Amino acid sequence: MKRFALATTAIDVDAEKRRLDDSRAGACVLFEGWVRNHNEGRSVIRLDYQAYAPLAESEGEAIMAEAMARFDLRAALAVHRTGSLAIGDLAVWIGVSADHRNAAFEACRWIIDEIKLRVPIWKNEHYADGESGWLHPDNTPVESDS
Amino acid sequence: MNYQLLYFASLADRAGCAGETVQSDATGLSALYDELRVRHGFAMDPARLRVAVNGQIVDWSHALADGDEVVFLPPVSGG
Repeated sequence: MKRFALATTAIDVDAEKRRLDDSRAGACVLFEGWVRNHNEGRSVIRLDYQAYAPLAESEGEAIMAEAMARFDLRAALAVHRTGSLAIGDLAVWIGVSADHRNAAFEACRWIIDEIKLRVPIWKNEHYADGESGWLHPDNTPVESDS
Repeated sequence: MNYQLLYFASLADRAGCAGETVQSDATGLSALYDELRVRHGFAMDPARLRVAVNGQIVDWSHALADGDEVVFLPPVSGG
């Protein structure tokens, strides 16, 4: 079963969440990453996400399989948007279900951290002053060191 | 040898394209990246890049073969 997906259109959160259903699970933790209107003190008007799709999908699947092995889960799913997103849009959705809450909270946090570190997706922020720039994982601009 | 290069994020902006076929005598990734730095003016230090060949992350010591798809991956910023 595929656990990680890239999406070029809005993520269907309700459909994804239904895929977590398991009558043995007593906990479900969901994470939504939203496009915010500011970063590093600058006013942001929209974002573009670019992905190296084949590797993003295989690396994303590897992260989800590692999560299933590391934590006591019933299900784990993640979807990441690509393309142009507006302020407030859902950029990434993660859902896990587990028998107990500790594993669910820990796994959800671990998955988003690994995605941000490893999956080949890049964020280009467009600023209110008309400039734009690619970002590093810590949200600092690429251009400052090149 | 011919390599299929794909570029993303800041490297795509600097190259002015999303990809290209490059003819090169380089058989290693460091030598190939050095050629591309000259060709496109890439400023990013290779120590900050990961490399994928034919869709798999590889070490910089990986030996290239004719026709390989090569992607130098800038630090990612998803999520």
